[in-house]
Amino acid sequence: MKAVEFIHVSKAFSARNQGQVLAVDDFNLAIEEGECFSFLGPSGCGKTTTLRMVAGFEDLTAGEIRIGGQPVSSHEKNIYVQPENRGLGMVFQAFAVWPHMNVFENVAFPLRVQKTHKAALNEKVTEALRQTNLSGLERSYPNSLSGGQLQRIALARAIVTNPKVLLLDEPLSNLDPQLREMMRFEIKELQRKLGLTIIFVTHDQSEAMALSDRMLVMDMGVIQQIDTPLRMYNNPKNRFVYSFLGLSNFIPVEIHEGQVYPAGCQSQSLDCDIESGFTAHEGVIASRPNEIGLLREGGFPTKIERRIFLSDHIEYRVMVGASEVRVQSTRDLGFQEGMPCGIVFHKPKWYAGRSDDRDKEREKRKVI
Amino acid sequence: MKQAANTLSVRLKANDGSGIKINFNTLLMIVCFVILAITVVMPMLLVVYYTFFQGLAFDWRMFTEVVLDPANLKATGNTVVISILVTIIGTVVGLFFAWLLGRSDIPLKKLMRTLFAIPYMFPPFIGAIAWSILLYPRTGYINRIFMNLTGSESPLFNINSIAGIVFVEASYYFPFVFLQVVSALERMDPTLEESARIAGANQFHVIRKITLPLVIPATAAGAMLILISTISHFGVPAMLGFSVNIFTLPTKIYEIINRSSGSFDGIRQAAALSVLLVVVVILALAVQKFILRSGSYDIIRGKSMRPMLIKLRGLKYPLLVFSIVALAFIVVLPFCMIFAVGLLKAYGLPFKLSNLTWTNYTYVLFHSKMAIDSIKNSFILCISTGLIAMFLGVMIAYVVVKVKAKGASLLEILSLLPYSVPGLVLAIGVIMMWSGKFGINLYNTIWIILIAYIARYVAFAMKSAAASMQQVHPSLEEASRSCGASHLQSLKDITLPLIRPGMIAGFFLIFLPAMRELTTSLLLYGPYTRTLGVAIYAINAEGNIIQSAALSAVAILIILMGDLTLRYITREKKGR
Repeated sequence: MKAVEFIHVSKAFSARNQGQVLAVDDFNLAIEEGECFSFLGPSGCGKTTTLRMVAGFEDLTAGEIRIGGQPVSSHEKNIYVQPENRGLGMVFQAFAVWPHMNVFENVAFPLRVQKTHKAALNEKVTEALRQTNLSGLERSYPNSLSGGQLQRIALARAIVTNPKVLLLDEPLSNLDPQLREMMRFEIKELQRKLGLTIIFVTHDQSEAMALSDRMLVMDMGVIQQIDTPLRMYNNPKNRFVYSFLGLSNFIPVEIHEGQVYPAGCQSQSLDCDIESGFTAHEGVIASRPNEIGLLREGGFPTKIERRIFLSDHIEYRVMVGASEVRVQSTRDLGFQEGMPCGIVFHKPKWYAGRSDDRDKEREKRKVI
Repeated sequence: MKQAANTLSVRLKANDGSGIKINFNTLLMIVCFVILAITVVMPMLLVVYYTFFQGLAFDWRMFTEVVLDPANLKATGNTVVISILVTIIGTVVGLFFAWLLGRSDIPLKKLMRTLFAIPYMFPPFIGAIAWSILLYPRTGYINRIFMNLTGSESPLFNINSIAGIVFVEASYYFPFVFLQVVSALERMDPTLEESARIAGANQFHVIRKITLPLVIPATAAGAMLILISTISHFGVPAMLGFSVNIFTLPTKIYEIINRSSGSFDGIRQAAALSVLLVVVVILALAVQKFILRSGSYDIIRGKSMRPMLIKLRGLKYPLLVFSIVALAFIVVLPFCMIFAVGLLKAYGLPFKLSNLTWTNYTYVLFHSKMAIDSIKNSFILCISTGLIAMFLGVMIAYVVVKVKAKGASLLEILSLLPYSVPGLVLAIGVIMMWSGKFGINLYNTIWIILIAYIARYVAFAMKSAAASMQQVHPSLEEASRSCGASHLQSLKDITLPLIRPGMIAGFFLIFLPAMRELTTSLLLYGPYTRTLGVAIYAINAEGNIIQSAALSAVAILIILMGDLTLRYITREKKGR
């Protein structure tokens, strides 16, 4: 059985002087039981709105959401299950740990609402606190605890009732980088141990890739791609997904007689193959900084504009036609600024179309 | 900062060449202390002194005599009963409306918010006049309508009673709790409530277990504000209680001074009673400290997200009608009543077009010397108090916020003292100090009122200036110093321009309450120095209700315009 299903889900907001804006547009997805699934996207892409529709804090304007096969929100069937009756656990970005209750009471709250028997309640709370490494802090009040501890309380509170699905709304973005990495690992461990179904919302691609079994990238309310982290990284479906998954170089190119030239520079061709199935005469090639080779001889001739030492790697900036290209290497290749060099692209991705019209649309949405 | 001060003193020395070592900041602090000592500290010490000392000998007999006087005991009892009742009612009403506007999906929220602002513009003693027009035992409009409709011999409600005083005061003070709680609800992180919903709690469970406990500190703060304000409140019990011999501590103090017609013995008795009043206020403040200590939570939101509004469903329109009717009755009706009664040819006439006239308005605006003088006096007093107290407040705020020298915190306490000391007590101290005992006699002049106003309102200016000064990060001034500007120059070119909006707002925060001031002026006015409040009070006491209503309407319009100006200024500030 699917843990969560989205069937043609849409959510429209009426924004001031913009008319209706589709925050989520025809969203279709099925999340398997026991799966850790990430929603990845820039702020304002609709990922949080989608999560809040699952939680029941936002209603939808079209479609249906099912949890464990049961419809919980459906526009057509006029169903709307209250958040408290959806059997979910949720962890919020700002922790949302209640300051007037101690750690034990915070975690016990969901059980108290269910009127759990005292012995069972104690046992479950203790177990949840043990699993989140909070044992011993039962009587502490939130104002005396650190951000990491608050996040663990929120996590303990979310799992104490064995929810069908655990929703995580950017739970790590309020933590400092070291703690973030640790918590990422702890959440993954907890999910394995308890076999939880998790929906994880984030704008950090490394978090999403580290945690998820599958993930999706969203932009302006539309799903761009759904896949496993590895397959998505190796095969981004479009320019947006490519750019969102890591450092990127985009070089506009033109194709003349089977040769690839940087846009506006027909004197020297680039040394790279045209992706099979790419038929247009102009487009954009995309390449990660560590997928570009820097040669003393051969390749596309250019020179080193800048050389930047970044502790574990060195970054070179070179010009290809009118675009600046970043090249990163973990070894010192011995190039100095101003030295001539050649570059070669290893298996770049090919995308049709030059300019990205979507940038404008995205800017417009940010105003809202 | 210390280094900065040193450089300055060196510069001054070099500039004037005389070699006198003046440290600008120290000088400023001394000036602040001297001014506060003269305006605030001395008068209050005098009240205590004349209560407990005969010459240099300690003598507490007079104090116990005054305190144990049965009439005064009764007044103390009334004060406690009225203030506690007003606090309870005001808190419940304020909480209800705060939740309704902050968390439910009730329509017309904007309109209701505007209505809540009216009590702020409406001096409570004018409200008392309005309510006695409506609910005076036999002649009040509502009572007459009621008796005509039912044929009953007894009125619906007697406003000249403890219950009447409680009702009118509560209708003025409930916004204290309302505003505190609404702002707490708005600042509260909505996910605190959402996480309880996800945990399985329904809406009412969330209100009970999460929302209410989290707004307890804000509620307590608002409730205590009501308690302290009502304990020292004078206008409403004076308007409604005098005629039926219901006294509270403040009105009793006024009555003693009035009865003794300015004899020093009477003033000493009043001082003794004032000490009792201050003791009651201090007790209330101690309770507040105790309650507020127990919980101040950090409930500030993380991500900006609209809170989920609770759907009232079937209750939506009944609650809307109830709220609008209640607000119209409590807030709008007395407001309209004042304007309408001012238009009547004679008091008690029904509101028909043939009974209406502009005469009262033209009389108070163009013919009555007392009314015209009072408007003039109020303007002179309020504008000069506003300007002087504002600059004084900026000076003190500068010393407290930026200099942080030894003694700055004492300065802060002294300047905020008038916040908690009832205006009446301060006025008695001012009389003792400036009526010739110390070589200067300002009694019956406008100056004594000005001094009392400054003492009373400097705390407002200081708070407003300190708030805007705290927003000017020290690095801004440091940046200017590093560009080569001197300490004074940085102050003039960087700090002052940045706090200017705060200063203008501070001016109006003094101007507006000073305009509706009654208590202090009533004790200090002379034959030619009546203020607007005093004139309204006097005309009303003579029984010229239609004229006092007309003058009240004029006062309200002046305050309304000041308030709109303040709103305009502060909105512009926000927009930047």
